[in-house]
Amino acid sequence: MLEVNTLNVSYGNVQVLWDVCLKVDEGEIVALVGANGAGKTTLLNAIAGLVKPASGSVTFLGEDITGYSSNAIVERGIAYLPEGGRLFPDMSVLENLEMGAYLKNSWNKRNERLEKVYEIFPLLKERRKQLAKTLSGGERQMLAMGRSLMSGPKLGMFDELSYGMAPKLVMEAFKMLETLRDNGITVFLIEQNVKQSLEIADRAYVLENGEIVSGGSCNALLESDHVRKAYLGL
Amino acid sequence: MNWKTIKYNRYLYPALYILIIVLFIAIPYITAPYTIILLSSIFMYISLTLSWTLFSGPTGYTSLATAAFFGLGLYMAGILGDSVPLIVAVICGGLISFILAFIIGAITLRLRGIYFTIFTFGLVELIKHLMLWWEINIVGVRGRFVPRADNATVFYILLAILAALLLTTYFLKSSRYGMALSSIGSNEEAAIHIGINVVNLKIITFASSAFFIGLTGTIMATRWSYIDPYIAFDPFYSFLPPLMAIFGGLGNLFGPLLGAAVFSYLQETLITRFPYSYMLIFGLIMVITILYLPNGLIGLYQTIRQRFIGGKHADTSS
Repeated sequence: MLEVNTLNVSYGNVQVLWDVCLKVDEGEIVALVGANGAGKTTLLNAIAGLVKPASGSVTFLGEDITGYSSNAIVERGIAYLPEGGRLFPDMSVLENLEMGAYLKNSWNKRNERLEKVYEIFPLLKERRKQLAKTLSGGERQMLAMGRSLMSGPKLGMFDELSYGMAPKLVMEAFKMLETLRDNGITVFLIEQNVKQSLEIADRAYVLENGEIVSGGSCNALLESDHVRKAYLGL
Repeated sequence: MNWKTIKYNRYLYPALYILIIVLFIAIPYITAPYTIILLSSIFMYISLTLSWTLFSGPTGYTSLATAAFFGLGLYMAGILGDSVPLIVAVICGGLISFILAFIIGAITLRLRGIYFTIFTFGLVELIKHLMLWWEINIVGVRGRFVPRADNATVFYILLAILAALLLTTYFLKSSRYGMALSSIGSNEEAAIHIGINVVNLKIITFASSAFFIGLTGTIMATRWSYIDPYIAFDPFYSFLPPLMAIFGGLGNLFGPLLGAAVFSYLQETLITRFPYSYMLIFGLIMVITILYLPNGLIGLYQTIRQRFIGGKHADTSS
């Protein structure tokens, strides 16, 4: 579904990503794990069209989307939920959700999608008239996820879903990802929380200093010496 | 809301609007010339303030370029003079402002916050000196005479501009583009992430706002009869719209409208009563407003209303 081929990204003279290759198949949950500054967010930004790669390509559903603008990429069916959710604090929950369906094709379908989102997150329906800034941390995460569903994505990319959340909420957030998959959305997530993301994902890649150093099924990774030493402290 | 109020509103508001329009159209027939001139000035300030609010209100990008587009409109009237019908000149004034704002927007709307504000302020000075240079070196004379139009014509054209502006603002507010503009003001990064083409949206809205400012400038030139670069590109017209909008209260359509109406009426009255100290009184009013009415006149009205009706919490019932 999503294929990244020998992608190189630089900020000025500093090269951040080196020949990154990875693949996400339909219906999977794929995790990309790595330490701070490994280049995880840069990779998502490059896929989402927010950063122009120096070389390499990104293919989505067979179409080469390298260098497309971010709105064109959202239109193709990729929703990108940045770190911390990035809501519109001064707008209501309903308005936040509606903005998720801003693009023309989605706008006409916004009411049916809204029903769908309310079905997955019933709490948002209760809170729909509240301003987003009055929500609690977990509710904000729900709203951010709900908003990314409003564009009717085929692939959802989530950056640091567990960022700044209480352990109990982290569990819930990960469960939401499974709910999304059950609703036909392929999930690509980026995490520093290595253990938990490896438990929920089907496959994972490990990114170190801008290079993919290993990848494969989560069970294999959980057992590899390198991952155990470097990320799990075992 | 129950069905009674819905039914009530459905007939009341259109009837009220029609009444207001008829009243305004009748004004030149039933009042003294001074009232028409006063109302025209008030309309001008309302137009400038609403045009400014159209872009700067929801996005939070404070533009100080109003004087540049207003001045271009004024100059358009001077350049075209009698050679075309007045209405054509007015539309040309709007278009030239639209085009300039489009170009300026494309270059600068990647700037954010204070950088954008400073650039727009610099733009007024830039165009002023450019016009001055052009007048002195190319044309050879500084300043131009503008053929006068009669009071009623000016009044009607201003009324038409204002009506078009109100309709534009209203439809923008209720469309997804209006919401997208607010989302830019609320969190521009997030707006980009959900696929809003923020740069294009900002440029188009900035240019539309300039279009209305240009229209207003061209028609006002016929009232002033003489313009030169110093009169046309007076930074005063850049600062008034934001001040009037703050005075009335940003956030909804009526705040800036009310602010501009009250503010400009005050200005006209103070100028005639206290010609030497009016700026001082004006300054005091502004200071008091910012200190005690941070949400403007609309905020004051809402506070009073709440006190009488009683506290009303956010409606969370489903």
